[in-house]
Amino acid sequence: MNNMNITDIVNPANLVYKKNSVLNDLPMHYCPGCSHGVVHKLLGDIIEELNIQEQTIGVAPVGCAVFAYKYLDIDWQQAAHGRAPALATAIKRLLPDRYVFTYQGDGDLAAIGTAETLHACNRGENIVIIYINNGIYGMTGGQMAPTTLLGMKSTTSPKGRMYERDGNPLDMPKLLAELDGVCYVTRQAVHTVGAVKKCRRAIKKAFEYSALNKGTSIVEVVSTCNSGWKMTPDFANRWMVENMFSKYPLGDIKDTIQA
Amino acid sequence: MRKGSEEIMLMKGNEAIAHAAIRCGCDGYFGYPITPQSEVMETLMELEPWNTTGMVVLQAESEVASINMVYGAAGCGKKVMTSSSSPGVSLMQEGISYMAGAELPGVIVNVMRGGPGLGTIQPSQADYFQAVKGGGHGDYKMPTLAPASVQEMADLTVLAFDLAFKYLTPTMLLADGIIGQMMEKVVLPPYQPRLTEDEIRAKYPWATLGKPHGKKPNHITSLELLSEDMENLNKRLQARYRTLEKEEVRFEEIACEDADYVFVAFGISARVCQKAVEIARSEGIKAGLLRPITLYPFPVEKIKELSNRVKGFTVIELSAGQMVEDVRLAVNGKVPVEFYGRMGGVVPSPNEAFNALKEKLIQ
Repeated sequence: MNNMNITDIVNPANLVYKKNSVLNDLPMHYCPGCSHGVVHKLLGDIIEELNIQEQTIGVAPVGCAVFAYKYLDIDWQQAAHGRAPALATAIKRLLPDRYVFTYQGDGDLAAIGTAETLHACNRGENIVIIYINNGIYGMTGGQMAPTTLLGMKSTTSPKGRMYERDGNPLDMPKLLAELDGVCYVTRQAVHTVGAVKKCRRAIKKAFEYSALNKGTSIVEVVSTCNSGWKMTPDFANRWMVENMFSKYPLGDIKDTIQA
Repeated sequence: MRKGSEEIMLMKGNEAIAHAAIRCGCDGYFGYPITPQSEVMETLMELEPWNTTGMVVLQAESEVASINMVYGAAGCGKKVMTSSSSPGVSLMQEGISYMAGAELPGVIVNVMRGGPGLGTIQPSQADYFQAVKGGGHGDYKMPTLAPASVQEMADLTVLAFDLAFKYLTPTMLLADGIIGQMMEKVVLPPYQPRLTEDEIRAKYPWATLGKPHGKKPNHITSLELLSEDMENLNKRLQARYRTLEKEEVRFEEIACEDADYVFVAFGISARVCQKAVEIARSEGIKAGLLRPITLYPFPVEKIKELSNRVKGFTVIELSAGQMVEDVRLAVNGKVPVEFYGRMGGVVPSPNEAFNALKEKLIQ
């Protein structure tokens, strides 16, 4: 870069990276350090790469990603809290040649929407479920989620989650992987360049699988919520590696297509 | 049996809904079993419309999922419905409110049973308030149609879809356990083809079918964070409700021309009152019957007009008295409005209705 002048740098021939065309030119409302923005970008990358922008319908949740529909230039529906898999089921059943995905948080998928998620997976709906697990309710200000780690503090567990009172953190992808209707379950993160690359491959695979009509594909992204966790973005990443990954280990949980 | 070109069939009210839905070009049904309406989904599964018209029929895991499947499919501009009975419809209220907020068309059938709680499987009309006053949260109204025969179960299913799409609103067919279960003759509506995707794109440009190249994407949502924007959405909805109230009121009058006393009743209660009118007339009492077909919009003007020339009204319902409040509001004190109802699944006899008229209003 040092021996390039400014006109060389802006010359399209020297461009090494540009934002995908599916991601809108809008400032995101997410907190600095939040994982949502990276996952949105990856979705835009993959929709562009697979050239499926006109065939893709997203279903946004209730939670921090309630406004996901603002950021990706595709058709979207915004669901009631937890009900995204029910909407996606009907959309995919009536438009079977479309790519349909839900984008859900851990409160949405693992608490209030457990039934809708489990039954959509059990029916083997040919949809993609993007599951953002940051172990906390972000949008409402940091309450305990079903995924909150034991001992982890939140506004509704100020002294930490207690097994005796609150039960253990719920690992939904592991549970859903048991269902015959599910063809692909993977757990990823986006805290390093390497992790982002792996996560990108996983999301791409999930979209490709959904076109094979072999069942539901689930990509969990273990994420940070530095605002809800009351940590700096950098410290939140380290805390996630040291604490979240032992309960939610990264890697493929199930892949019946490649197996 | 054929009469002219019309095919007359004998079937249950619930079955008539299923046949009418397929025939009017319905794209999808999502439901969960509950007595006394399970024949709707059972008939659809028996008829296998996916092999003929291409209609999707899916048994969901709950009424919550059913109504949200209706939301998702309606968001794609598809003509879809669900059916349930009282406890199940309570579970759907969240989804109905979201559909109202997102301006989505869809048909919800409630074949009412006695409540509260798990209640009974016997017929009731105690969900009137829930249907016409907004059972879910927020300021919304839902067109509500009250069939009183198997024929109307078929006809009003078709009308409910038409109203839902004309006014972009969830629309309810509010029947009761008897209308759902009883068998009568019915002439089923003619077949209409389902809309093609091109037709949906042309008629409903808001539908999420996948964003065409170079066009803006469609968003189905009921969320507006700015209060001014949310108020504007509410104003749009309210304007639509005022049009509904002006354009879509439907009722039937029986022997009201010279009536001194008028029964007001819907659904099975109206069938009971029809007989009560005959009993009254045979005893020299000039009775009539006003049967609202649309419970929302309510026939306010008709009742106002009647209240200028009759001596009183008797409202008969299968509840503790719900629609009677709307009758009293319309009458506004001009003449007495009396009420007689049975609860918990009990249906009054025509003599009970007649006695209520005689004892409460005339004596």
